[in-house]
Amino acid sequence: MHGMINRAIQCFVRDTYGPEIWASVAEQTDFGSDSFEAMLSYPDGVTIRLLSAAARSLEKPVDAMLEDLGTYLVSHPNVEAIRRLLRFGGDEFTEFMFSLNEIEGRSRLALPDLEVPKLNIFENEDGSHTLTCQHSMPGFGYAMLGVMRAMADDYGALVFLEHQGWRDSGEEVINIQLLEEAFSEGRSFDLSAKAV
Amino acid sequence: MALVTQLEASALDRLMPMHLILDAQGIITKIGPTLCKLRGESAMLGHNFFDVFDLRDDGRKSANTIIPDDKKLYMTFKSGVSTPLKGIATPMANSTDMLLNLSFGISVVDAVHDYRLTAGDFAATDLAIEMLYLVEAKSAVLEETKQLNTRLQGAKVAAEEQAYTDTLTGLKNRRAMDHVLGRMIRAGVPFALMHIDLDYFKDVNDTLGHAAGDVVLQNVAKVLVDETRAEDLVARVGGDEFIVVMHKMTDADQLMKVAERIIAQLEIPVPFNDTVCRISGSVGITTTEQYDQIDAEQMMHNADTALYASKHQGRACANFYVAGMPTLADQDLPNAAARR
Repeated sequence: MHGMINRAIQCFVRDTYGPEIWASVAEQTDFGSDSFEAMLSYPDGVTIRLLSAAARSLEKPVDAMLEDLGTYLVSHPNVEAIRRLLRFGGDEFTEFMFSLNEIEGRSRLALPDLEVPKLNIFENEDGSHTLTCQHSMPGFGYAMLGVMRAMADDYGALVFLEHQGWRDSGEEVINIQLLEEAFSEGRSFDLSAKAV
Repeated sequence: MALVTQLEASALDRLMPMHLILDAQGIITKIGPTLCKLRGESAMLGHNFFDVFDLRDDGRKSANTIIPDDKKLYMTFKSGVSTPLKGIATPMANSTDMLLNLSFGISVVDAVHDYRLTAGDFAATDLAIEMLYLVEAKSAVLEETKQLNTRLQGAKVAAEEQAYTDTLTGLKNRRAMDHVLGRMIRAGVPFALMHIDLDYFKDVNDTLGHAAGDVVLQNVAKVLVDETRAEDLVARVGGDEFIVVMHKMTDADQLMKVAERIIAQLEIPVPFNDTVCRISGSVGITTTEQYDQIDAEQMMHNADTALYASKHQGRACANFYVAGMPTLADQDLPNAAARR
């Protein structure tokens, strides 16, 4: 697994629960260090051990923890870069949702060996949207659930999100009901990073 | 609506080399030169737009025009390399035709490769060339960074290894042992601590010199590694003192056998120049089973106490720690001083 993903989990545990908890999770994960390097690659087994050690330490089901991780990735000031890159997806939440179709291609331009989930979004007959998510790390859909929730807040949209489980093909399915595009002010976004 | 300007077809080709014009039925009536390179004129000209392309409906409401003219469009070729394209459509003045201008978006890197495009295939105002430049430059820098990371990581591992290693014997040092003990205790792993002190080592040093002593120590290291398992830790913690941490082994009989085997191996004379060096070893053992609260310091102290009991019994033997054993402070000083 790309170090970027392990690093993200580390930052989430450290920034949300404190360095002591992270130190104990790192020790339980037993990866030969106390910190992940974003630009190194680690065996997949390390990520699995890391997730179960974190869930154990935080006394949370893995699903709930992954959802919190997704929310963290978009809303915590320490990882503002991720939120900015996602906001490049569009000016409105609907546009952002459909930009997820392109996110794999976009991130491949930046980091060719980072395995991003394969995302597909389409509109259903009833006006709701379905997001499918495929990744070698099962449960990534829960992280996407947290990401979508936080991005809706970021855009000021009111949405109802539901993880609808797995398809036989291994894809996770999320249902998105956009109740109101401009429900609240949301957070401002400037294309130029210098303006921030 | 006021008509701003009218363009020659060649001007349109220069400004928008990836444009399409559709008539009211959706038939493709004109193709820009770069788009022609993707499929060839005959594969598109005169065909219905929807026979050539898949248009993705990204939350657009149905429009009056054949192609929606109010939103960004995403499309792919129906056959062959799909090549995602993005674009925008607009009705043309004074006709029912629609003008559709396309670009590669993120597929530009693949498209340039797949269709062998050159700088001349892009409009002068298109940022595609800058984008390609950026991707190449970034990839080159990323590759350098990656190699640097690998080198630094290798150096870091080597430095850590060195900091945890006794250079003479290649065994772990006290620092490494403290680290491993701490980890095992925090993780609640049962283990045995075996403290080994060489007997008659001082004689070897005094009579045959330090070179002989070094050969003996290296042999001791080999014996200890050979007599233990890969998951056990062998550390040199003093001049002639060693500690073996036996991972998940607390059975007294088994441990005693290991200790006796070690002593027997240590007693095999080691050749040095024209002579041989003879040593032995005394051993003190304690296990995590003996404690409710496991404390590394306390265990070391007790293994030490058991070791002195072995020395006291005339050396070359092993003892388990037993509560109430006389500690070093209880032993008479001349004996303690002469114990080596």
